[in-house]
Amino acid sequence: MKKFTQLNGIVAPLDRANVDTDMIIPKQFLKSIKRSGFGPNLFDELRYLDEGQPDQDCSGRPLNPEFVLNKSRYQGASILLARQNFGCGSSREHAPWALEDYGFRCVIAPGFADIFYNNCFKNGILPISLLDDDVDQLFNEVASLEGYQLAIDLDREVIVKPDGEEIAFSIDAFRRHCLINGLDDIGLTLEDESLIRSYEQKHIKKNPWLFGAIK
Amino acid sequence: MELDLTLRLSRSLHVLNEAKSMAAKTLYDKLWDAHLVKQRDDGSALIYIDRQLLHEVTSPQAFEGLRLAGRQPWRIDANLATPDHNVPTTSNERMAGIEGIVDTVSRIQVQTLDDNCREFGVQEFRMNDRRQGIVHVVGPEQGATLPGMTVVCGDSHTSTHGAFGALAHGIGTSEVEHVLTTQCLVTKKMQNMLVRVDGQLGDGVTAKDVVLAIIGEIGTAGGNGCAIEFGGDAIRSLSMEGRMTLCNMAIEAGARAGMVAVDEQTIEYVKGRPYAPKKDDWDKAVEAWQDLVSDEEAEFDRVVVLQGDKIIPQVTWGTSPEMVGPVDGIVPDPAKIKDETQSISTSRALEYMGLQAGQKITDIKLDRVFIGSCTNSRIEDLRAAANVVKGRKVSSSIKQALVVPGSGLIKEQAEREGLDKIFTDAGFEWREPGCSMCLAMNADKLGAGEHCASTSNRNFEGRQGFGGRTHLVSPAMAAAAAIKGHFVDVRELNREMN
Ligand code: SF4
Repeated sequence: MKKFTQLNGIVAPLDRANVDTDMIIPKQFLKSIKRSGFGPNLFDELRYLDEGQPDQDCSGRPLNPEFVLNKSRYQGASILLARQNFGCGSSREHAPWALEDYGFRCVIAPGFADIFYNNCFKNGILPISLLDDDVDQLFNEVASLEGYQLAIDLDREVIVKPDGEEIAFSIDAFRRHCLINGLDDIGLTLEDESLIRSYEQKHIKKNPWLFGAIK
Repeated sequence: MELDLTLRLSRSLHVLNEAKSMAAKTLYDKLWDAHLVKQRDDGSALIYIDRQLLHEVTSPQAFEGLRLAGRQPWRIDANLATPDHNVPTTSNERMAGIEGIVDTVSRIQVQTLDDNCREFGVQEFRMNDRRQGIVHVVGPEQGATLPGMTVVCGDSHTSTHGAFGALAHGIGTSEVEHVLTTQCLVTKKMQNMLVRVDGQLGDGVTAKDVVLAIIGEIGTAGGNGCAIEFGGDAIRSLSMEGRMTLCNMAIEAGARAGMVAVDEQTIEYVKGRPYAPKKDDWDKAVEAWQDLVSDEEAEFDRVVVLQGDKIIPQVTWGTSPEMVGPVDGIVPDPAKIKDETQSISTSRALEYMGLQAGQKITDIKLDRVFIGSCTNSRIEDLRAAANVVKGRKVSSSIKQALVVPGSGLIKEQAEREGLDKIFTDAGFEWREPGCSMCLAMNADKLGAGEHCASTSNRNFEGRQGFGGRTHLVSPAMAAAAAIKGHFVDVRELNREMN
């Protein structure tokens, strides 16, 4: 998993409450054998005017000009500003996979659905919950300044606005540790690599036939 | 059937027992202790995995995860792969190779497994390799499953491998990636449950009937949170094939793992298999495997006892494996069931299955018969079915009767014994190995409303095709049903024959 310490990025505002995971990545794309490549189909139904099919080349599809991610001023955004209950609905891990593949590393909202919130951390995305008023304020500022950027400092747990003003947020210490060090479950287990190796050495001595038979 | 359900409090408070249980271990305790790498403070543990079996459906994202993170598998030689869920089973479609797989999604999945195995150097038995088959058949057949191992696979029926005195359970895709990368699994220790079947089974009663009877008694949640050890005289007398059938369905009893202690039969079965230990290693291994039994004094958290001689051939009538009864019984009446939830679920099941309360099981007419799946597609299963079929014809009321061997090697063995002839002469179709109609991911499916006598393990709604109605039975019972066009006690049919 990618490490997350500092992030400076353009903010794209998705002004809509209860965005569910089916909206983030529609069900026809779950047939895929991959966990990457979902980016072009992120928000597929909102983003395109036609119905998307798996494995389709999206470059020629008609774009919905009204949709925020299609506006030139938000190209290259890595921070998604969202509304209440973001990521509700089905538990599909494809939702964070799609956000990450598109290029989002951080989602700011007044609140998130539980499973989605968890899944974000497993995939190197930082979900930040802020007070309603702070989120409202951010929506206003993003709208009024083209190229609006935020700096996210996970170490200090603050968001730094273009004018230098800071908004504090908080993330569970263990999750923060994992994100900062780029540790997923696998990364965590690998912290015990030498323990596993020394177990393996003992195991091989006792049961040599368990090793090397299949080549 | 007599059921003696004893709930014992884990590790009695009594000091004496405490001392006893500290020294005495169950088979599960031994397997757990031997693989424990690290006990974490939060109750979870890292356990070392000796063998991972891979198939096309649950592995692609795991390999992809490895690639994205730029990681390499921890230990290539711990893995063995084969495609099974999606492969077509007709020889025509098979002959054309992967290119010939009609369903695109299936074709891509099978191709992706090949590509991933090639890229990472994992040993794979490809679609038309004679060693290809259902993972849970292939592992033991190749000696890739050995006593004392921890075995995982991204498939819930991995419990099958517990038949060898191994700790085996199914895992999810992210865990497949975790095991590929770290050779460990993060898990919590389960409780110890003993299911003992005393006495001896009557003629015509098989491991499938035993496990269905067990699930009928304890329910599909009966083994929740437990690792089940199957013991008792009736279990000891089962062949290895029978023990695999039993452990295969431990998951249907709610237990992630099922197991049987090692004995002479286990060792006999493993001996000489391609990946089994050789020479000096073999002797050392056999010596080590002697310990793979529960100590006499070991305490189980739960104990269930059944009488083997009271079990008769079983048939499921509902949409969950616990909705099962003896072939000479009747379909239950929801109105007579006191428990409200159970009564409701029974009437819903009867509606889906198109059955009447009080109807005799033997009056259920069938449309299709499926002999196969990781539960019952081994040589012994095919022999048992062929034995019933020999010299008879599939009833004209049956639309399709399929035999799908569990692996290419089993298919060859059966053909050497002339079993394929017996089946095809009777009107069965003889297919190429794979999961087939067990889950209907390929073209082998039930039509809506059709009844199927199936030797597989799940009778959930739509499992074998949208609207399909599955009845789980043993291979001999499925064969008998094919001949008669409805369920019949195979023991009666055999008596008729003699
Ligand atoms: S035969 Fe059926 S139960 Fe067994 S692995 Fe295949 S699909 Fe799963």
